[in-house]
Amino acid sequence: MFRRNGSQCVATFAVDEVRVLRKVAGEVVGLLTDGMDHGDPVVSRLFPDIYPDRPDDSAEFRLYTEGELKTGKIDQAGAILAALPDEGEGEVRLDGEAAEAWLRAINDARLAMGTRLDIRADTDLGEELDEAVLHDPGSSRVFQLSVYAYLGYLQESLLNALPEIE
Amino acid sequence: MGGMALPQVAPVETPEIEEAPADDRPWVTIVWDDPVNLMSYVTWVFQKLFGYSKEKAEALMLDVHTKGKAVVSTGARERMEMDANQLHGYGLWATVDRA
Repeated sequence: MFRRNGSQCVATFAVDEVRVLRKVAGEVVGLLTDGMDHGDPVVSRLFPDIYPDRPDDSAEFRLYTEGELKTGKIDQAGAILAALPDEGEGEVRLDGEAAEAWLRAINDARLAMGTRLDIRADTDLGEELDEAVLHDPGSSRVFQLSVYAYLGYLQESLLNALPEIE
Repeated sequence: MGGMALPQVAPVETPEIEEAPADDRPWVTIVWDDPVNLMSYVTWVFQKLFGYSKEKAEALMLDVHTKGKAVVSTGARERMEMDANQLHGYGLWATVDRA
């Protein structure tokens, strides 16, 4: 988890954490680069229609803005990959700009996972996880729910470690 | 509606009179509630992007959370489109509409 150190946000990650963060950031980059499918609910959530009742206007706006938005999202996921140790455990030190990129990228990853996991306003993550473990402790859903919960804690810790906005 | 048999009578003018001022109505950027985004993150985005005070950003976030949506900025259409686009960059669910 992140803590404040001078003007930087600092975290020490264990081997498994580094692996998981690399995986989720890589998945976001993959989702955005492999010819995005607009029928995919994750893509619709990351690139919402700006005019829900006017598909033509939304499509026209998308035509002019989506490329840059997509590049921004790829870059911010790239900021996670760039700051992590190449292999094994290690410390990550983020200045203000990098911390912002991490926050945005963690959020994109949580949106993607939350959509796939069908997280709703009344979802109790603890209960979901208990249920999934009972069903099959080795399932991909258990892993995905754990990672989703972990990313939430990590994002919150980074928000708390940020210097106050003046 | 076929419309062919409609008589051409006075009411035709009424909607024109009402439409004209409607064009001057500003546009708004709306942020919608979302089960994934952390409340603290949404507050931070409002501070960062709009320069709102922590108090104002928090009140706005709570509006989104409890009412399902909130108007976060008001103005010319192009500016609202830019705001919504930037909010999408942060992963917030934003749309643009007439005020």
